[in-house]
Amino acid sequence: MTARIGVVTFPGSLDDRDTQRAIRLAGAEPVALWHKDKNLHQVDAVVLCGGFSYGDYLRAGAIARFSPVMEPLLEQAKAGLPVLGICNGFQILTEAHLLPGTMLRNDHLHFICRDQKLRVENAETSWTTDYTAGQEIHIPLKNNDGQYVADAYTLDQLEAEGRVAFRYLDFNPNGSQRDIAGVTNEAGNVVGLMPHPEHAVEPLIGTGRTDGLPFFTSILKKLVNV
Amino acid sequence: MSRTPLDTVEHATATPDVELPWAELGLKKDEYERVVEILGRRPTGAELAMYSVMWSEHCSYKSSKVHLRQFGEKAPQSDALLVGIGENAGVVDVGQGYAVTFKVESHNHPSYVEPYQGAATGVGGIVRDIIAMGARPVAVVDPLRFGAADHPDTKRVLPGVVAGIGGYGNCLGLPNIGGEVVFDACYQGNPLVNAGAIGVMRHEDIHLAKASGAGNKVILYGARTGGDGIGGASILASETFDDAKPSKRPAVQVGDPFQEKLLIECTLEAFAEKLVVGIQDLGAAGLSCATSELASNGSGGMRVTLDDVPLRDSTLSPEEILMSESQERMCAVVEPAKVDRFLEICDKWDVIATVIGEVTDGDRLEIYWHGGKIVDVDPRTVAHDGPVYERPYARPSWQDALQADDANKLARPASGDELKDQVLRLVSSPNQASKSWITSQYDHFVQGNTVLAQPEDSGMIRIDEETGLGVAIATDGNGRYAKLDPYHGAQLALAEAYRNVATTGAKPLAVSDCLNFGSPEDPAVMWQFAEAIRGLADACQQLGTPVTGGNVSLYNQTGEVAIHPTPVVAVLGVIDDVARRTPVAFQEEGQLLYLLGDTREEFGGSAWSQVIHDHLGGLPPKVDLERERLLAEILISASRDGMIDSAHDLSDGGLIQAVVESALLGGKGARLVVPDGLDAFTLLFSESAGRAVVAVPRSEELRFNDMCGARGLPVTRIGVVDGDSVELQGEFELPLEELREAHEGTIPALLA
Amino acid sequence: MARVVVDVMLKPEILDPQGQAVQRALPRLGFEGISDVRQGKRFELEVDGPVDEAALARIHDLAESFLANTVIEDFSVKVEEVAEAAK
Repeated sequence: MTARIGVVTFPGSLDDRDTQRAIRLAGAEPVALWHKDKNLHQVDAVVLCGGFSYGDYLRAGAIARFSPVMEPLLEQAKAGLPVLGICNGFQILTEAHLLPGTMLRNDHLHFICRDQKLRVENAETSWTTDYTAGQEIHIPLKNNDGQYVADAYTLDQLEAEGRVAFRYLDFNPNGSQRDIAGVTNEAGNVVGLMPHPEHAVEPLIGTGRTDGLPFFTSILKKLVNV
Repeated sequence: MSRTPLDTVEHATATPDVELPWAELGLKKDEYERVVEILGRRPTGAELAMYSVMWSEHCSYKSSKVHLRQFGEKAPQSDALLVGIGENAGVVDVGQGYAVTFKVESHNHPSYVEPYQGAATGVGGIVRDIIAMGARPVAVVDPLRFGAADHPDTKRVLPGVVAGIGGYGNCLGLPNIGGEVVFDACYQGNPLVNAGAIGVMRHEDIHLAKASGAGNKVILYGARTGGDGIGGASILASETFDDAKPSKRPAVQVGDPFQEKLLIECTLEAFAEKLVVGIQDLGAAGLSCATSELASNGSGGMRVTLDDVPLRDSTLSPEEILMSESQERMCAVVEPAKVDRFLEICDKWDVIATVIGEVTDGDRLEIYWHGGKIVDVDPRTVAHDGPVYERPYARPSWQDALQADDANKLARPASGDELKDQVLRLVSSPNQASKSWITSQYDHFVQGNTVLAQPEDSGMIRIDEETGLGVAIATDGNGRYAKLDPYHGAQLALAEAYRNVATTGAKPLAVSDCLNFGSPEDPAVMWQFAEAIRGLADACQQLGTPVTGGNVSLYNQTGEVAIHPTPVVAVLGVIDDVARRTPVAFQEEGQLLYLLGDTREEFGGSAWSQVIHDHLGGLPPKVDLERERLLAEILISASRDGMIDSAHDLSDGGLIQAVVESALLGGKGARLVVPDGLDAFTLLFSESAGRAVVAVPRSEELRFNDMCGARGLPVTRIGVVDGDSVELQGEFELPLEELREAHEGTIPALLA
Repeated sequence: MARVVVDVMLKPEILDPQGQAVQRALPRLGFEGISDVRQGKRFELEVDGPVDEAALARIHDLAESFLANTVIEDFSVKVEEVAEAAK
C-alpha cells in the first residue's frame, strides 16, 4: 500500500498534471482534488501546485485562498497533514496565513523562467528528508510574483528557528529578502517554495535534472513509515 | 443603421433607397453592389456588417487567394496529412494514433497599436484555433520582428509584446519553445508579431467547424460580448494607419488568459464526453464569422437569436454584437439531448454558456433581434464567396540594381585581428546576440514535456510518456534574403526551418506559414508575394512537406514604404523517441567537429554584410532542396544511431555564429582549422544553405564518415571541442567569457 | 505643497478581467448585492510649488501620455491638499 497524495486544481492551476506525474514517478498515488471539494477524500498529504489561480487577479493566491477545499485543508494542516505549496500554491498558503510572509512582484518587474540553484537549508521537514542540509540543487523557477517579503521580526524568527527551508544561490532571481526561496511552518509539515520541483523529476525533460524528485520521495517515505 | 424602426429584412425590402455606410465599413462600390445582387435587395444593417467584415482582406484573403491556390495544386502526396488547408488549422498524423495540429498567425497591426494586448490576444487567437480542432494545446512559438534595436519605438513595442506573450501564454500553461526575434529598420512602424501553436489529440478526436443535424443547438460560451475591437478585423487589418494621436486610435481587444484557460479545460472535457458535433472559435469578425462558417460548412441552415447573446455592455446594437471581437469565446453545435451535460461542464468551469440558436434543415442563416429577422442570407455567400482579386503585379524596377550590388565585393577582413574583431561584432549584434532576456520571460517548463526549447534549433515536446514519441517545430524567415529574391528567399525560409527540425533529430512532416507583406495594391509588393508563394509551393512539393494552413498579413507598410517581404515558415517534425534528440550545446571535450555540406562564397543578405557593412544587395545563398533533404536524412540517422552528440544548423551568421552558440551553451570551447580549399573568412561568415556543424564522438568517427560518404554528403573535419576559448588556428583566439559577455550583454543593454 | 491624484481606470467598454474575477468571488465570501467590480490604479503625485493651471495642464499631459494607456484607459486628475496631520 502506498501513500495517497492529493493535488488541488483551482481554476487557473497549471501544473496539476505535472505534479501528479511527479508523485507517480516517486511511487505514490496521486489523487485529483477539486477546489470545490468540501473534504480531502482521505488523502495522506496535499500539494497545492503552481499556476495562475483566478488569473492571479487581485493578488496571487488571494481568491483561491477562499475556495471550499481550503477549509478542511487549513484545519487538517494545523493538525499535522503534510502540505506542500509550489509557486502559486506557496502564495495561496501565505494568503491563508499557514506560512508567514508574502510574495510581491519580482523586483525587476518581469516574469522570469530559469534553472535556479538553491541550497536546502532544512532537511528535516516532511518534504525534504531525502535531501541533506546544505545540499545544493537546481530547480526550475518561473514566476511573476516571487519576491518573498516579511517584516524583520518574522525573518529573524524564521532564521532562528531554522524555518528558511530553501535559499537562492549565486543569483537572487526576484529580490526575495535574505534570498529566501521557501519556508516551512514550525511543525515542518507545511512547506512552501517558489521554484518547481515537479519540473525536475525526469532526465531529458525540462532541464534534464532530477533534483526535484526527493520532495516526493521524502513525503512517500514519511507516510509509508507511519 | 437607424435604430427605429429596426432594420429588418422586411424593412430593407420596403425601403430599397436607404443609403448604407458601406464605404465606411470598408466595402468597395462594386463589392456592395455584389451584396445587393446576391440578396436581390439592399442588405439590412446587420447583413452589411457581416458582409463587410467577412469580405475584408483579413477574413476573405481576396488579394491572396488566387496565389494561395498553389499550395493545394502543388501539394505533395503525403500520408501524414489528415486535415488540410481551410479548417481552423491543419492536422498531421504523427503515428501511434496521435494527430498533431499546428498553425502560425499574425497579430501585427494590433501589436503596434497596443503591444501588450495585441500580442497577448494573438496568442489567445491561435490557441483557440488549436482547441477548435479538438486538440489539447501543448506549446506555443513566437516569431517576432521589430524595427532597429536602438530605435526608441522598439523600446516601446518590444517589451510590451514580450510581456504580452508571456503574460498570456504563461497564464495558459503553455510552454513557449521556439520562435525568432529579428531587428531591421524596415519593420519600424510595422512590427511583425506572429504566433504559432501546436496541439495534440488522438485521431478519432478531430473536430471540424461545421453545423450539421437539424435541431442541434448552437451554444455560445466563454466571455460575455462587449464592444471590443468592433470592426477591428476589417479596419485594423486592411488599412495602413498613419501616425495617429492616442485618442484617434481604434479600440483594441483586451485578453483574459484566465478565461481562456477555463475555456480550454471546459472544451476538452466536452470533447472527451463526445458532446460536440461542430465547433468554431470566435476570432476576427466574431459571431459573423463563427455563424456563417459553421452554417456554410454544415449540411443545413442556422437560426440565431441575437437577444440571447450574453452581453457585457447592454447598449450594443445588433450590428455591433455581430462584429464584436471580444476574446475568449467559442461556438459549439451540440445535439439537444447533450445540451444539459454541455452546460453542466461549462458551469463546472465557471464558463458562461448560452444556447443562441439551432441548426435548421433549410440553407439560410437567419438572425433575429427583438423578434425581427435582421439577417437572412446564404451563409456561403458571406463566408466563402467573397470577392477575389487578380491584383496586378510586376517585378520592381529596382530589383536588378539591388541584385547587381554584389555583397561578395565588400571589403573583407585582412588579418587575424580583423577577423576576431568582426566575429565579436557579429555575435554581439542585436540579431545574432542571445535572446535569453526575452525568452526567459516565457515559461518553457510547464506541462512537463519540454525536451528542447529556444535557443535550440527546434522546440521539441514529448507527446507520449511511455513510448517517448515527440514532435518538433521550428519557425524561420529571412526578410533580407526575400527582398533580394522573393522566390528563393521563401524557399530558404522553408529550407532553414526544415533543416532546424532535422538537426534536432526529428523528421520534417508538414508546413504552416505566415506571409507578411506590404500593400497588395502596390504591384511591386504583389510581385514579391506571388514569387514567394510560387517559391514556397514549389519547395514544399519537392521536399514532400505539404502546407497545412497559415495566414496572410498584408498592408504592412508605412506610406509608400513596405516591409521586406517576410514569409515566415513553420515546419513540424516527428521523432520516435525524444531520448534520441540532438541538442545544440557541445557535450564533451575531445569530440570532433564536422562541417556538413558545401561552403561557397555567399554573402548576399548575410548577417556579416549587415553588421559590418550595413549592406543589402546581391543574391541570397543558392537553394538546393535535394541537398537539404539528404542533409536532413543524415542528421536524423546520426541522431537515431547515436553517432553525433550535438548539432547546429548553419544559417544567418554562418559557421562562427553556430560554433559560438554551441560553445557558450555547452560551456566548452572549440579549436578550428581552415580546411583545404577554403579561406578563413569564407569558412567563418559564408551563409551557404544546406549545412550543419556536428560534434562526433571519436568512437563514431569512422561510422559517421562512412555513412556520409556512402550517401554522398560532403563532410569536412574542421576542428575539435576543446578548452575554454574559440580558436581559429593561426588567426585568433577568443575566450568564452569574452564571447559570452559580447553575446549575452547586447539585448539587456538595449532593452532592460 | 500639494498632492495631485491621478486615477486611471479601464474605459467602460474595455473588459476588466481582474475586476470580473473579484466580483465573481464575492458571493462565495458572503458579500451579496455587488453587481460589478472594476479595478483601477491610483497615482499620488507630490508637487513642488503651486498647483496652478499650468501645473495641472502638465500633469494632465503626463497622465495622458504616460500614466494612462489611452488606447484602453481613461484617467482623471484631481488636487488633494496634503493635511498637516498626515505628515
